[in-house]
Amino acid sequence: MLSDRLEPLMEWLVRICGWSAIFFVIAIFLFVFREAAPAFFGKLNLWEFFTSTRWQPSSDARPEYGALALIIGSVTVSALAMLIAVPLGLGAAVYISEFCGPTLKEVLKITLELLAAIPSIVWGFIAYMLLAPILIKTTGAAVGVNLLNGGIILALMSLPLIISLGEDALKAVPDAYREAALALGASRWEIVYRVLFPAAKNGLLAAVLLGVGRALGETMAVLMATGHAVQIPRSLLDPVRTLTATIASELGESVAGGPHYRVLFVIGLVLFAVSFLINLIADLVIKGVRSEQT
Amino acid sequence: MSKPSRKNPAACEANPFAPTPLEKSKRTKELIAQGILAGITFLLVLPVFIIFAYLLYQAWPALTLSFLLENPKEYMTAGGIWAPLIGTFFLVLISLAVAAPIGVLAGIYLNEYAGDNWVIRCINLAVMNLAGVPSIVHALFGVGAFVMFARMDRSLLAASCTLAVMTLPVIITSTREALAAVPMAFREACWNMGATRWQTVRTIVLPNSISGILTGVILQVSRAAGETAPILFTGAVFFTPIPDHGWQSFFPYGLGDRCMALSMHLFTLVTQVRGVSEEMQYATAVVLVGLVLLVNSLSIAIRVYLRMRKKW
Repeated sequence: MLSDRLEPLMEWLVRICGWSAIFFVIAIFLFVFREAAPAFFGKLNLWEFFTSTRWQPSSDARPEYGALALIIGSVTVSALAMLIAVPLGLGAAVYISEFCGPTLKEVLKITLELLAAIPSIVWGFIAYMLLAPILIKTTGAAVGVNLLNGGIILALMSLPLIISLGEDALKAVPDAYREAALALGASRWEIVYRVLFPAAKNGLLAAVLLGVGRALGETMAVLMATGHAVQIPRSLLDPVRTLTATIASELGESVAGGPHYRVLFVIGLVLFAVSFLINLIADLVIKGVRSEQT
Repeated sequence: MSKPSRKNPAACEANPFAPTPLEKSKRTKELIAQGILAGITFLLVLPVFIIFAYLLYQAWPALTLSFLLENPKEYMTAGGIWAPLIGTFFLVLISLAVAAPIGVLAGIYLNEYAGDNWVIRCINLAVMNLAGVPSIVHALFGVGAFVMFARMDRSLLAASCTLAVMTLPVIITSTREALAAVPMAFREACWNMGATRWQTVRTIVLPNSISGILTGVILQVSRAAGETAPILFTGAVFFTPIPDHGWQSFFPYGLGDRCMALSMHLFTLVTQVRGVSEEMQYATAVVLVGLVLLVNSLSIAIRVYLRMRKKW
């Protein structure tokens, strides 16, 4: 029969597709590395790349590629975003998981799902058109697109992720824990912070980690929200520039194969490595939970 | 137990079930915590609704049928968004054609074929990573692999392939979930009849999970439609003139052509072009958000419907 002869073929096709995720992750690394590699053997001074704040890629006389200010920009914006998003996100996760009724829970979860779907360019648009004028009015900042703006927008963007992962982590705690605590006379709040937090701490940590990864990798929204000035920020109202936004704004004008182009791919490699590391740690942290509970 | 009764013996004798001070303070704390947490949650959700109501309010004067159906004119300061709209449509369609078969088969492999071993763990980690890689790194991958290495040049095809790789995890995860919802007994019954694995998948597992798989595919569409960074350097352009009427206006882009895209068009209108009216900017944003949310709601509606008439 035809289908009998097709069987081994289908099995192989399914297997190859199953492996495709691994294949693509490796391919991403290889192809970004392939474009970046000449920079390592050529003009790029890695020491200067990580320690200098002078980023002047389009200077004709002596282009300089010091990415420290960009790295600090990425880190400060993400840190600010997490400072806002983690307490709020975990609070909302606790409310959704432990306190609200089933109907409200369903409504809130669907709302969060829709929020997570809003494209990053639209968040950038909101930052640029709505939040920036508000910030100028309330804080008296010279420019509305700055570190604070980027932090707020990134926090809003990573909240749905943190809330849904946090809620998953709380849901994974066996009901027997809650029942035991209830039987001992604990109130619901005591259950949350004496029982659930310790039991779900790995899952919650993973939620925060993935939120950090999301914030560090976000491109279009920070490009429009942070003001795009290469400098180490001294206050919340200083404009900054991030690694991701630099690639997005400069790759188009760099000459393919030129040193500037290569350096942008080196930045991409750094971003890839960081996101890989964060995901790996989050995975190990979650796996740690599972082996503990079984 | 003894402490509260020592403090207030009279009350205890009167009503042995009266809340002790300890219980009272517990309950107040609980109520305060609940209030704060509820406040946080609604504080997060409400402003977003206000923001989108405001977007819609600002965009309202410009939202007409001709805005949707006309091409951008006079350096994008007039006309509509037909060219970007149709560009986004084709980007999504082609990326779907690439990602859906691979993603669904990968989901089948993960749920039906592979055992629980280190291979699965590696693939899971890879899927998680693929979803976590920054979108701009996907763009660099697209430039390195499709534009340069595969010599597709900057084109609709290269941009769609980049989007496909980026949205693959969405399809894999949701296919897997849909397949896992099919009870094991269905498969066992089929195997007992002498069916092979693929026969079981084809005749039993897929027909019973096809709507669940569909929700994942729809999610991929919404994700691909909104992305900007990956198509920025792989195929989308600021402006490309296309025929604005007749048959040609529906198929303006070949696979090798560069195209406009709605998300990129919004970026252009806001940051690159001077003299665009705010109404047009808001209207473009509203159309983009509207499209994405519409597609997402469809997926959620299918899921809720499925759960309601679940047979097992």
